[in-house]
Amino acid sequence: MELADIIVKFILVVIIFAISLVIAMYSTYAERKIAAFFQDRIGPNRAGPWGLLQPLADGGKMFLKEEIIPTNASSFLFIVGPSLAIMTACIGSAVIPWGQKLTIGSHVIDLQVADINVGILYVFGVVSLGVYGVMIGGWASNNKYSLLGAVRAASQNISYEISMGLSIIALLLITGTLSLRQIAEQQHSWHWNVLSQPVGFILFLICAFAETNRTPFDLPECETELVGGYHTEYSSMKLGFYLFAEYINMFISSAVMVTLYWGAYNYPFMDWMAAHIGTNGAVILGVVLMFAKIFLFIFFFMWVRWTIPRFRYDQLMDLGWKILIPIAIANIVVTGIVITLINR
Amino acid sequence: MNTFYFIAFLSIFFSILVITAKNPVHSILYLILTFFTFTIHYILLNAQFLAIVNFIVYMGAILVLFLYTLMLMNLNKGSEQPKSNLIKFAAVIGGGCFLITIVAALKAFGASNPVILKDPSLGLVKNLGKVLFNEYLLPFEISSVLLLSAMVGAVLLATKDTKTAA
Repeated sequence: MELADIIVKFILVVIIFAISLVIAMYSTYAERKIAAFFQDRIGPNRAGPWGLLQPLADGGKMFLKEEIIPTNASSFLFIVGPSLAIMTACIGSAVIPWGQKLTIGSHVIDLQVADINVGILYVFGVVSLGVYGVMIGGWASNNKYSLLGAVRAASQNISYEISMGLSIIALLLITGTLSLRQIAEQQHSWHWNVLSQPVGFILFLICAFAETNRTPFDLPECETELVGGYHTEYSSMKLGFYLFAEYINMFISSAVMVTLYWGAYNYPFMDWMAAHIGTNGAVILGVVLMFAKIFLFIFFFMWVRWTIPRFRYDQLMDLGWKILIPIAIANIVVTGIVITLINR
Repeated sequence: MNTFYFIAFLSIFFSILVITAKNPVHSILYLILTFFTFTIHYILLNAQFLAIVNFIVYMGAILVLFLYTLMLMNLNKGSEQPKSNLIKFAAVIGGGCFLITIVAALKAFGASNPVILKDPSLGLVKNLGKVLFNEYLLPFEISSVLLLSAMVGAVLLATKDTKTAA
């Protein structure tokens, strides 16, 4: 790798980090505005025009609040918990292809940080690592509500990871590759995978809700039963990291869903556009449309949160093990049969 | 090669911490770090698929379940029975024999030559899948039956009590 390439990659990483943090910040604002809209309220409107500075005010408050580490907590692990949560949330963006290759002069810029050939599995690895932040934080707090929240998070993530993995296998049968870049390229113009894998997409969507601990599956932080769940004992920016990690996870899982099922940066008539407004223009339009799709998914996450009530814990487990996994396995079998019949 | 020695040192260091840590939860956390160093070893060997599967299955699933059970059991120092002197004596002798065997085995073999793969892309998913499902299909299927039987056995053990109670 040349120095110029490394510098370009470094700039790309910084940009993606900045974008995910800004999106996470403004997701908190959007969530409150959307909740207000659903409940016929006004929502935050004091800080700046339409309350647009509200996330900054929240961030300032988080930093300035007193930092409390409980006496009987394991102080090192108490800090490791939220750090791990935000770190695993951020590193997931490394393998997502944000657009096609840009050409500036003689330089070709790849809008993807790392095109590793096990891209999907990397995302899964990061997702499975994410639960440690919650578990370690919950255990280190030395509080029974925190511990219950942590234990719930662990069993929920393990259960839904299985059906998530199985729903992906059916997709892999069609694409024949694990690289996210190749999967994105295969969905050129309108050949989006959701058309051939609607069941797999719905399974993946449900599992994504469970993996990001969003309502209706936010049992680990269920305030009616567990005070605050795993982050009961946390204050100031350490609490902020946990809340922030949830929004970054939401953004990354939306990006993964768009890449896998909703055509990534592809859009109908993209060749026509490339011929008329130039290659780079079409590429940038693709990036913009990818972000538009991601925002739609983030909106969907919020829409569900303010519409559907929380599941009970046994219902959650029943849904995961007795409904989603059998459907996912049936989906794999049917996809396999159809592929064999077509290729014959 | 230097990377290898550094990572190997970390693996051994963390695995020693696993057995010396007083708190069982800390011990599991060190085990997670040990498995993470194994993942790096696999990447250094160019076995990407094995690395990521080790990462997902061992670090992401099995050790989460370990941690889960340990958190539920809430092991305290008081609950651990002190070992009798006879057992300590037997353990020292057993460990000593093991050490002698290892030293003897290391003396018998010279330093191994570094393995150079004929095909550096052997560890990639495509090649691994072809080898696994063509040459080693039967062992693969048999091991999956083994895992299935273990799973059925676990379910059977878990449901046994409710049936007799009802």
